[in-house]
Amino acid sequence: MLNQKEILSTIEMIAQQHLDIRTITMGISLLDCADPSASRACRKLYDKITRHAEKLVATGEEIEREFGIPIVNKRISVTPVALLAAPGDSDNYAPYAAALDRAAFATGVNFIGGFSALVHKGMTRADECLIRSIPEALSTTERVCASVNIGSTRSGINMDAVSLMGNVITETARATADRDGFGCAKLVVFCNAVEDNPFMAGAFHGAGEAEKVINVGVSGPGVVRHAIEAVRGAPFDVLAETVKKTAFRITRVGQLVALEASRRLDTPFGIVDLSLAPTPAVGDSVARILEEMGLEVCGTHGTTAALALLNDAVKKGGVMASSSVGGLSGAFIPVSEDEGMIAAARAGVLCLDKLEAMTCVCSVGLDMIAVPGDTPPETIAAIIADEAAVGMVNQKTTAVRLLPAPGKSVGDTIEFGGLLGTAPVMPVHKESSAAFIRRGGRIPAPLQSLRN
Amino acid sequence: MHAIITVLGQDKVGIMAAICTLLAENNVNILDISQTILQSSFTMVMAVDLSASRLSIGELRGALETLGASIGMSIRIQREELFDAMHRV
Repeated sequence: MLNQKEILSTIEMIAQQHLDIRTITMGISLLDCADPSASRACRKLYDKITRHAEKLVATGEEIEREFGIPIVNKRISVTPVALLAAPGDSDNYAPYAAALDRAAFATGVNFIGGFSALVHKGMTRADECLIRSIPEALSTTERVCASVNIGSTRSGINMDAVSLMGNVITETARATADRDGFGCAKLVVFCNAVEDNPFMAGAFHGAGEAEKVINVGVSGPGVVRHAIEAVRGAPFDVLAETVKKTAFRITRVGQLVALEASRRLDTPFGIVDLSLAPTPAVGDSVARILEEMGLEVCGTHGTTAALALLNDAVKKGGVMASSSVGGLSGAFIPVSEDEGMIAAARAGVLCLDKLEAMTCVCSVGLDMIAVPGDTPPETIAAIIADEAAVGMVNQKTTAVRLLPAPGKSVGDTIEFGGLLGTAPVMPVHKESSAAFIRRGGRIPAPLQSLRN
Repeated sequence: MHAIITVLGQDKVGIMAAICTLLAENNVNILDISQTILQSSFTMVMAVDLSASRLSIGELRGALETLGASIGMSIRIQREELFDAMHRV
């Protein structure tokens, strides 16, 4: 029998420490929607998505009501559009994004991911068409997310694609300048992208996935922070144990919700993503966990070590709590979405270079970072190349979601509101990387032995 | 289906009566109750069986929330599996 203390601790986690299920994401394969007629393909994909995900939002809300646990987002990920658009009769792929957007509105999900291309080794004509359509696609739709995989440990980094993405990010910011460059918040550049990620903006339904699948992303930075407050000053092994136990509990809830959603939607369960995903709400910050470990401000010396411990302990605790773990699984450090990160960046303690170092030991990468609006595309490409190199060499996923802030410079702020938060514009190095980026070609895949 | 009802707020007369009446009216069976009062803060945890309930858990949640608002208490109902998942391996 459960005791009162256990029950109240769960209530406290939900009511005061922001424990929630961050997302239930339904992955849907669109490979069978490919058609030489783009308009027919769009009709097919709209019909398929709305048919499969018809009950997704209602089911999520039903589970939320019965279990009393908030499920913040219900989302859809689809097959990378470049794969299904390849036989199409047009080079402009923005209509596919428009069809996805309509499907998102019809099903009631708040984001749909998969306007994507995988070009880590080379680009097909369709991949290039998709990438060149991104600025229009993201500026004319609300809920569509785009991602491009430009590198992998096995194939190296496609520097032609990196260079192109520098331009695409710049153009996307320009195309959505009236909304502080909002389009870029829906665009991720990956190295070693995973096929079952439930989190946006980088979710897509990989070609190796089933017809449809339910993936769940858990959250709970507030719960972890509260737990480690109780062991303030204790040695690191005690700290790590505390994080592990907390992560176990959080993940068990994720597993429960995932199985329930899978059963009710008659869709196979895919994975639980063990990520600690912050929100801009006070008390739901990853930065504040690091500070609770004993750092005055996130970004100071010791931050990378603190994050390494956190990331590892979350995985160790979570992995036993779920029958299938996947996705990105680790601590996220999106600057604009984390109240503590925003404060640290404003204070000038957290800088781009430190964030890059932090991404060596945690999930994903340089995420939701505002940079000056006049940052040259080559500099953006060089930031992507650096981050991709971290992922490529360390056999992990890394990503870049930079937000060039149109007309703004260091000291200004861009405001998206909601979960996407507030981003102080951070400085980038002024010295040019243009000649480096202009070389083009591919950075070869790294050796997998002699690893020092 | 088993569920856990939790009631939190300032202690006052009639909390139990109001909740138990609502549950009885809807044919919800109470399996276990534990209640404490710490510095005039009222905390009650109740395990209930909904198998013969007239209302679905979603509807019962609405009714309990309305009742909670009228007597100034925070009342939740959640399926027991949530707590089992978190606290039992």
